[in-house]
Amino acid sequence: MDVILFLIFAIIAVVCAVNVVVQTHPISSAISLVGVMGSLAVLYLLLGAEFLAMAQVIVYAGAIMVLFVFVIMLLNAGAESKRGRSFVAQLLGFPLLITFLALAAYFIQRLYPASAIVHFGAFQGGTAQNIGRALFTQYLLPFEVTSILILIAIIGAIVLARKEL
Amino acid sequence: MSGPPLAWYLILSAVLFSLGIAGFLFRKNIITIFMSIELMLNAVNLSFIAFSYQLKQVNGHIFAFFVMVVAAAEAAVGLAIILTVYKNRETLNVDEVNSMKF
Repeated sequence: MDVILFLIFAIIAVVCAVNVVVQTHPISSAISLVGVMGSLAVLYLLLGAEFLAMAQVIVYAGAIMVLFVFVIMLLNAGAESKRGRSFVAQLLGFPLLITFLALAAYFIQRLYPASAIVHFGAFQGGTAQNIGRALFTQYLLPFEVTSILILIAIIGAIVLARKEL
Repeated sequence: MSGPPLAWYLILSAVLFSLGIAGFLFRKNIITIFMSIELMLNAVNLSFIAFSYQLKQVNGHIFAFFVMVVAAAEAAVGLAIILTVYKNRETLNVDEVNSMKF
């Protein structure tokens, strides 16, 4: 059952990710990216990361992608024009990508033998309680620094989006 | 009761990261390039959470959480920059935004 769920959502994620890259219209890419993020949220759940699965749906699929779609609509971005690609890149790009992926898969398989199996429910440490405890004790300083980062980002976004610039 | 090997998750993460790199390098629309960056960040998050499962520790989740927060901040500032570029240049093609190119 776990394998079937993993395969279904892994295939959805990969197909949507390919779609992000090959679609010429930004809106199609954005919708495909939402698909990637949704299926990744399910994979997080399978790995026992309940809190992050919810955060993924709310923050990524909800907030960030709405921002993207909003900007695409605002700028009325049209389809990307086909321009001349370099011949060498066209010839070598795809085979090299496949070679790189095959090498990476080979080394990952060597490093993590088939005995390392993911069972749904075997790891219960990803609840909001556990995350919160770690966040407010061991990682308190990074957490507070993050709040400053977000404040700076808000100010920066407002300054950049002003009328006179 | 059998599940997928941990390696499959890591390979999926590698595939998504490679697709993000491909999109970052091939595409010319600045918004699509930005989305490819988000794709790469998501792939890294999957790796973090898979390792966190393997080591039975919550630290990987915390890192993934921070990556999400930074991605949100980055999206806000980056899209503001895109808006400014479009206002000044009337284009979203990165090949035409080349004033700093030697």
